[in-house]
Amino acid sequence: MTDAALQPASDGGAWPGVAWALRRDLRLALRSKAELGVQLLFYTIIVTLFPLGIGADPALLHALASGVLWVAALLASLLSLPRLFAVDFADGTLEQIALSPYPLPALISGKILAHWLTTGAPLALLSPLLALQFGLQGLELAVLALGLLLGTPTLSLLGAVGAALTLGLRAGGALLALLILPLYVPILIFGAGAVEAMRAGLGAGAELSLLAAALLAAGVGAPLAAAAAVRIALD
Amino acid sequence: MLEALALSARRGSAALFDAVSFRLEPGQVLLLSGPNGSGKTTLLRIAAGLTECAGGWLEWRGVRTAPFDAGLRSAALFIGHAPALKDDFTAEENLASLASLHGATTDHAALVAALSVWSLSGQRALPARVLSQGQRRRTSLARLQLVSRPLWLLDEPAAALDAAGAATLADTLTAHLARGGIAVIATHQDLPLGAGVGRSLRLA
Amino acid sequence: MNSRLVNWFRYASPASFFPLAGRLAVWFAVAAALLAGVGLWLGLVVAPSDAQQGDAYRIIFIHVPAAWMSMFVYLVMAAWCAMSLTFNARLSAMMAQALAPTGALFTVIALWTGALWGRPAWGTYWAWDARMTSELILLFLYLGYMALRQAIDDPRRADRASAVLALVGVVNVPIIYFSVQWWNTLHQGASVSLTAAPRMATIMLTAMLLMAFAAWFYAIAVTMVRVRAIILERERRTAWAGAFAGAAQ
Repeated sequence: MTDAALQPASDGGAWPGVAWALRRDLRLALRSKAELGVQLLFYTIIVTLFPLGIGADPALLHALASGVLWVAALLASLLSLPRLFAVDFADGTLEQIALSPYPLPALISGKILAHWLTTGAPLALLSPLLALQFGLQGLELAVLALGLLLGTPTLSLLGAVGAALTLGLRAGGALLALLILPLYVPILIFGAGAVEAMRAGLGAGAELSLLAAALLAAGVGAPLAAAAAVRIALD
Repeated sequence: MLEALALSARRGSAALFDAVSFRLEPGQVLLLSGPNGSGKTTLLRIAAGLTECAGGWLEWRGVRTAPFDAGLRSAALFIGHAPALKDDFTAEENLASLASLHGATTDHAALVAALSVWSLSGQRALPARVLSQGQRRRTSLARLQLVSRPLWLLDEPAAALDAAGAATLADTLTAHLARGGIAVIATHQDLPLGAGVGRSLRLA
Repeated sequence: MNSRLVNWFRYASPASFFPLAGRLAVWFAVAAALLAGVGLWLGLVVAPSDAQQGDAYRIIFIHVPAAWMSMFVYLVMAAWCAMSLTFNARLSAMMAQALAPTGALFTVIALWTGALWGRPAWGTYWAWDARMTSELILLFLYLGYMALRQAIDDPRRADRASAVLALVGVVNVPIIYFSVQWWNTLHQGASVSLTAAPRMATIMLTAMLLMAFAAWFYAIAVTMVRVRAIILERERRTAWAGAFAGAAQ
């Protein structure tokens, strides 16, 4: 037999890597449907806790709506982040992923995209429904949903860096929250600010543009940082 | 050709092994032995590029290796302790996933053939969570049929395998070596490779 | 070879940097004490009372240098982290590890003195203004860095992971500052702001600069002492560290 069979595999491209990870993680997520629902349920419960805590005065709730809905989204995204890498780390798949000829940032991007499609995206689409309970209406709901659609991917991207840094550590989830929440602050400010701006009758264009810019920046930088962190964790 | 020069490794602050040197030409296999904790896994991980050595260096085809460098990732196939199987995927899906991760073909016929070599035809459509330890190990090893790489790094591949499984492993390994491949294998057990095949390196 | 180049790399090993750090600590401590003495005398005794705030404003001679240093130390820490990742250098990582507690302390001092100033000046300890809110988030960034280091047992992994975190943090700090500024102007307009310091007489400016340098030299001195302790702990298995510990007893 010739040596052709033993030629090293050619260096994998980036897009096939993204596709591999996206396809695999989505199929795995759909196999365990229970986990998909927990996310949304958690979001709904947190949002419901606020009126229970501060009273049901419509004017008050209307004023607090954007903040409550966004903070709850941040917390709900924190809940699902540890699972992004931890399961693969535990069963040895993460090692194989890191050793693949496909670029690790590409594979991680695929995982993050799958994560967002199963956590952030449904949450963003559910949010207008919950926002009705707080008295938001019309364009305010649209700005809320659009802001969350733009912001939650960034939360997943930044969260991936934190999840990779805290892989396998005892302190786990709480440490992840401490590391990531300060980085979430700009997203929270612009996202909630967009809804507030809409409420005040000004346009939300500036805030939404900033969210989009943050998404682009995170989309480029976060997979690289997460790849470095994964390699450090596997060392 | 794989060459190690004065390789040394640590875990935490404890030294694992020191000044390990070897040279493997195409067609040669190195069998690592030693008590638990002597650094067999660490040596394999260094060769795979997962971790850095504390001293010395490793050369693959004359080029010094570094952790995660692209050349090493394209040339080596590392199968560690953990079988890297997803409980929710069937044996066939797991094999397809792992094989395509390393750029190999995953058409149905090839997958079926690979699984039958490792006596897993009956378990093809079963989720990995119901497979026995031996079946999980064999599913993990089945990718050796599909992913063609010059360098094999196997950590305890014969663990949980029965005599038939060990024989399949030996056959697969022999075929790889005959094609000019190189292998480094950490193992507690004797592999039925035939007398005189393979050099031994005992750590610690 | 350029002799300056050789000189620099000679100090890249913990063992040879250790005695240098000891000498630097003494020099910078003395300098810090002198500068602080003069600065505090100028600020507390010589500078005139403010027309609106009376003597309460004098806390800025601690508050502002502390705030400046809290940000500066984070930048320096991130620079050491970048070096440790690029050159795989243990000592650079140890310097970053030594800087973090001092930076966090300055942040706490800035927040605390800011609150103490806020009460007499504007009637409230905490006014959610942009600067103080950003300072609070900076404290979380420091604490996160220290917590991550603490949580990882393997020193090498701790060095590298916390370095990645610090670099991600330093990139985000301007973004966070900008967003908090944005948030503040939206919600509060130009109301309470601790940037509304009294108009600076030259003497006040001088005092503040002296205090800033004093804080800087204090930071260096303390960091040198701390890095010596870190070096001893992490290099405890080497011969020279054992000899040093033996001689010290």
